Amino acid sequence: MFLTFLKNAIRFSTIFLFGSTGETITEKSGHLNLGTPGIMCMGALGGCVGESLYLKSLGGNYAAINGFNAVVIGILFAMLFAGLGGLIYGFLTITLRCNQNVSGLAITTFGAGVTNFFINYVDRTGFNYLAAKFTAPISQATDWFSTIFLSHGALVYIAIALALLVAFILKKTRTGLNLTAIGENPATADAAGINVTGYKYVSCVLGSGISGIGGLFYIMDYLYGSWEYSIDAMGWLAVALVIFSVWKPNWGILGSILFGALYILPYYTSFSFAVQEIIKMIPYAVTIIVLIITSIINRRESQPPAALGLSYFREER
Amino acid sequence: MTVKNNAVAGAVKTSHKEPLFHLVKRTDIATWKKWLIRVVAVVIALLIAGIVCAALTGGKNFVKFYSELFSGSLGTVWRLQVMLQAWAILMCISLAVTPAFKMRFWNIGAEGQTLISALAAVVCIIYFGGKIPEPALIMTMLAFSVVAGAIWAVIPAIFKAFWGTNETLFTLMMNYVATQLVLYAVNIWAKDGSGTLGVLSHGSFDKLFGMEYIQNVVFVTLLTVIVFVYLKFFKHGYELEVVGESVNTAKYIGINVKKVIIRTMVFSGVMCGLAGFLLVGGSPSPTVNANLVGGRGFTAILVSWLSKFSPIAMIFVTLLVVFLERGATQAANTMRLGDSGAFVDIVVGLFFLLIIACEFFLNYKIKFRKKEGK
Repeated sequence: MFLTFLKNAIRFSTIFLFGSTGETITEKSGHLNLGTPGIMCMGALGGCVGESLYLKSLGGNYAAINGFNAVVIGILFAMLFAGLGGLIYGFLTITLRCNQNVSGLAITTFGAGVTNFFINYVDRTGFNYLAAKFTAPISQATDWFSTIFLSHGALVYIAIALALLVAFILKKTRTGLNLTAIGENPATADAAGINVTGYKYVSCVLGSGISGIGGLFYIMDYLYGSWEYSIDAMGWLAVALVIFSVWKPNWGILGSILFGALYILPYYTSFSFAVQEIIKMIPYAVTIIVLIITSIINRRESQPPAALGLSYFREER
Repeated sequence: MTVKNNAVAGAVKTSHKEPLFHLVKRTDIATWKKWLIRVVAVVIALLIAGIVCAALTGGKNFVKFYSELFSGSLGTVWRLQVMLQAWAILMCISLAVTPAFKMRFWNIGAEGQTLISALAAVVCIIYFGGKIPEPALIMTMLAFSVVAGAIWAVIPAIFKAFWGTNETLFTLMMNYVATQLVLYAVNIWAKDGSGTLGVLSHGSFDKLFGMEYIQNVVFVTLLTVIVFVYLKFFKHGYELEVVGESVNTAKYIGINVKKVIIRTMVFSGVMCGLAGFLLVGGSPSPTVNANLVGGRGFTAILVSWLSKFSPIAMIFVTLLVVFLERGATQAANTMRLGDSGAFVDIVVGLFFLLIIACEFFLNYKIKFRKKEGK
């Protein structure tokens, strides 16, 4: 019982982890992207479009589905669509220097609308065969180690590897330090010869692309290829997780598992429906508490990037 | 650069590359130009929506989209009433978020503040409905709503004022806490286990002038005047503007910044409380569910920002948004485009994105590279 719970918590955490890893990259460049829920939706739509095209190319021969191809095509299309959302957001906030909060909220409205609307135009027959490839575990063994660590689909491991990679890049490489410098003080970074606009664009588009894979995971792995509109609440939790993990994707792995556990906890308890709703409140309440604690302790390492939310215009000094 | 590389005219141009254009911040712009740019943005948004609609229906319904837009919002008296009701609620929430935004306090929790107020009003109906006279019930609901909204708004404000806690994310999370509280309450009240609360038989105020909803419009129009006066002619309005421009200036001239932040958020919360009260008491079928506010808390933020925090401009921006919402719903339904709610999101989202983008042309001027030989 507890093993299954832990296993499912890790599985569910993948949505938050993709979302928050992507959002961390974007926020590190000084852009608070409140469009993440919409962008994750667009990732889900992109994944569905890609897989639908893939199935069409096979001509309905579901036995010929190749697991590797299916996952790669899904990821590429999810990143393409979500990256497009990130590009719109980036164009508005980087080039046009519009207000980040309102641009992000508009992207959320637009992205959720586009996804909910056009998902009905995507032919999703045969998606359950694809989902089987997405959820195919490494090992079928039922001992505790295999259940917790080896029973997941490919995207779960990709999410964790990606979070570790991003954490390494941000902390140890020149690229990551340049990005951090831009998020802290773009004018100084600009004076130091860093291509501020270029970095910002790459971080917005790539960050959104990674967030978008979270949407793909939700559809193809968690829902086994069916469709249900509830990505936006998870998108907001992903945004919250960035703060929870104090802008460190490697901490985000543990944070996302905690969020995942809290999110599915009600289904493993025998409380009434009413009490279950209260349990579902915990992730949000925990985030609030973390926000309060980090602001009261006021350590330098756990603060948001100093230029977060501000547009940078070189001629304005 | 003193290198004379233009010695042979026309052969070699310049050695250093001057960018094709660069941006200059505008200090002023003619009013007619401002409005022209905005109107162009709205027209482009509508054109794209029309093209999408035509593309989905095989290229036939391009013109029909626009006629449906008008018929869906203004076509009958009933549709006009529905639109005005939508206007009243969105306007009320937009007014609520405005003072805080003027102070640069990014309150994106209007959704939750309104929802919790609606819940508070329904609590009154459930526990006092039928036991006390209807006017007394309405007044109790009003008081409960306003207090609930104020509490929901003041919690992030206190932490922002004293510890600088990030208000954007705090208020965002408070939305979901409110949603879960509503789901909890509804599950307790719904005895049949369906998880939904039916229409309550008490707590709706009488129909004025024989037209449902009109009282909300009157009420919100009054509120618009109040907010306008508060922001423009009261010392409070001035103080919050100074805090928004520069906290240090505010401190220097002796404004108590903490007090202003908390006071302004209480004001915002009270306004959201009124919106929640109108959503329950101002409806002929009072009830509450998790989707009662339906994203209007977020739309209101966009409306308030696009109106440049002016309550007068807000009247028209709100009208335009509800016009698009009602019209697009009708268009999606009559042409069987599928999910009408999602279609509305696309149209309204496009509208917002283009209006936001056009702000750039209001704030910056593009200067192109001068031609050679000048």
